[in-house]
Amino acid sequence: MRGLVAVIKRELVSYFITPVAYVFIVIFLAMNGVFTFNIGGFYERGLADLEPFFSFHPWMYLFLIPAISMRLWAEERRVGTVELLLTLPISTWSAALGKYLAAWIFAGIALALTVPVWITVNWLGEPDNGVILASYVGSFLMAGAFLAIGACVSAATKSQVIAFVVSVVICFLFLAAGLPAVTDFFSGWAPDIVIDTVTSFSFLAHFDAITKGVIDVRDLVFFASLAGAALAANVLIIEQRKVA
Amino acid sequence: MSAMIQIKNLRKEFGPIVAVDGVSFDTPKGEVLGFLGPNGAGKSTTMKMVTGFLPPTAGTAVVCGHDVLKDPIAVKASLGYLPEGAPLYGDMTPEGLYKFIAQVRGIPRPRRASAIDRVKSLVKLEGVMRQPIETLSKGYKRRVGLGQAILHDPPVLLLDEPTDGLDPNQKHDVRRLINEMAQEKAIILSTHILEEVDAVCTRAIVIARGRIVADGTPAELQARSVRHNAVRLRVRASADAVESELKQIATVAGVEREASANGVARCLVLAKPGAVIAGDVAGRVRAKGWAVEELVVEPGRLDDVFRDLTMSPSAGSRS
Ligand SMILES: Nc1ncnc2c1ncn2[C@@H]1O[C@H](COP(=O)(O)OP(=O)(O)OP(=O)(O)O)[C@@H](O)[C@H]1O
Ligand SMILES: [Mg+2]
Repeated sequence: MRGLVAVIKRELVSYFITPVAYVFIVIFLAMNGVFTFNIGGFYERGLADLEPFFSFHPWMYLFLIPAISMRLWAEERRVGTVELLLTLPISTWSAALGKYLAAWIFAGIALALTVPVWITVNWLGEPDNGVILASYVGSFLMAGAFLAIGACVSAATKSQVIAFVVSVVICFLFLAAGLPAVTDFFSGWAPDIVIDTVTSFSFLAHFDAITKGVIDVRDLVFFASLAGAALAANVLIIEQRKVA
Repeated sequence: MSAMIQIKNLRKEFGPIVAVDGVSFDTPKGEVLGFLGPNGAGKSTTMKMVTGFLPPTAGTAVVCGHDVLKDPIAVKASLGYLPEGAPLYGDMTPEGLYKFIAQVRGIPRPRRASAIDRVKSLVKLEGVMRQPIETLSKGYKRRVGLGQAILHDPPVLLLDEPTDGLDPNQKHDVRRLINEMAQEKAIILSTHILEEVDAVCTRAIVIARGRIVADGTPAELQARSVRHNAVRLRVRASADAVESELKQIATVAGVEREASANGVARCLVLAKPGAVIAGDVAGRVRAKGWAVEELVVEPGRLDDVFRDLTMSPSAGSRS
């Protein structure tokens, strides 16, 4: 436990003593602004809600989350600090969980910094704050699922570039699973169960469900079990290939 | 005192490469064990297995009574480890790193500051504690790494090339530090500097191609040198005369001539194994009436022994 806390603290501090955190947060906020107000037509819609704001999150996360997760393990392995970390008296689980939680907290901080947007809509009109709160929860959960995938990929390589590219591709598959292009591809010839299985892995479907304002246990379980599975794979990969 | 480190038949294969091939030894408290061997011999790999970082292909290690396969966390808690090359988090400061290590290692909060202060002065980091590690010189980084290993004052220390990259003063200080800690701990250190073995180790193990080829005190290893008990001689005489005269002594194995000048012969008189020849050589020189400028008994050279042990075709060969 004390190991877990120490790892979380060390990781979080390291985001903020390097420019990583500031660059990330600035880009995240700027993209949110551009997408919501320019591309999303926030003012033109004449509606006081944050739907355009949240609808871009999955696509922003697709690139920004792998940018956070790529260094988690790849850098430790390249520099060799993984040997320092894993010869401390902590389990590989605590180390992996600590790194993951720190990255997730960091993503949460970036997300929390968008709260002024929320305040703005309340000032402009009367939005359904329940829906917005649920959407924040959904966005945070989705970031966590993306991060777990990215951390797992990062554990498998010494190269941050490879970790980034592969994470983007895998995350894209999880996003795309629910797009009409994909379901159309299957419909007509594949049995419904296949289509249902594929779409059930879609981040978009689960995220959209939450942003409607209903936090369904099934959506929570989906993101939680996906993150859990990716973390377990992360631990296995680390234990298997510490040096090679 | 039972052994604090027991290494039992450790073996490590990387695909077709056998990096460590059945290494066993015990290290009791108070021992400083020098781990020697040419590049690629398997020193670092052995240490990585003892620390629980790498899983052995076969065999195991027991540290302070804990089996590394069964209770790796207890093993990790009881040892301090300086990995090869001293990898460190470059963006942290030594102070930040030590706080992190102290917390993970469970040093109670009130004692952390004093533990860090102690290490700061032991490895001489005053003045750089708040500088990012990546901006420190190589020797300072090594010292930060060493400090990290001794922060919790562990009963067992594994140091992989602890003096690599240090200046002569620092090498001296680190050796003194190791000597001071030796009483209370079991220490294994790997090194390529053979004089270091003489300076700090109470025992030396030489490995080649993953196998132990020699194990003994530094003096015992030196005694295996062909130069052990040889006599270095500088006398006023012709080199030919000296050589032919001394070769007649029964216990002399041979005479190696070195550059002679101005009527002064310089040579190294080699002893037959186990023989002590200084008295005979001195007697013969006196009998001849040669003026002696130098007459020294050689303890033997570790580098010779090292070369013999690790270069001979049979060294560590796998049969
Ligand atoms: N991750 C790895 N994958 C494949 N082979 C490895 C790996 N690590 C070490 N080896 C091999 O194992 C052997 C022993 O390496 P090791 O690093 O233990 O040697 P060493 O005695 O520490 O050498 P040095 O004095 O150069 O530090 C070498 O042949 C090395 O190439
Ligand atoms: Mg080595």
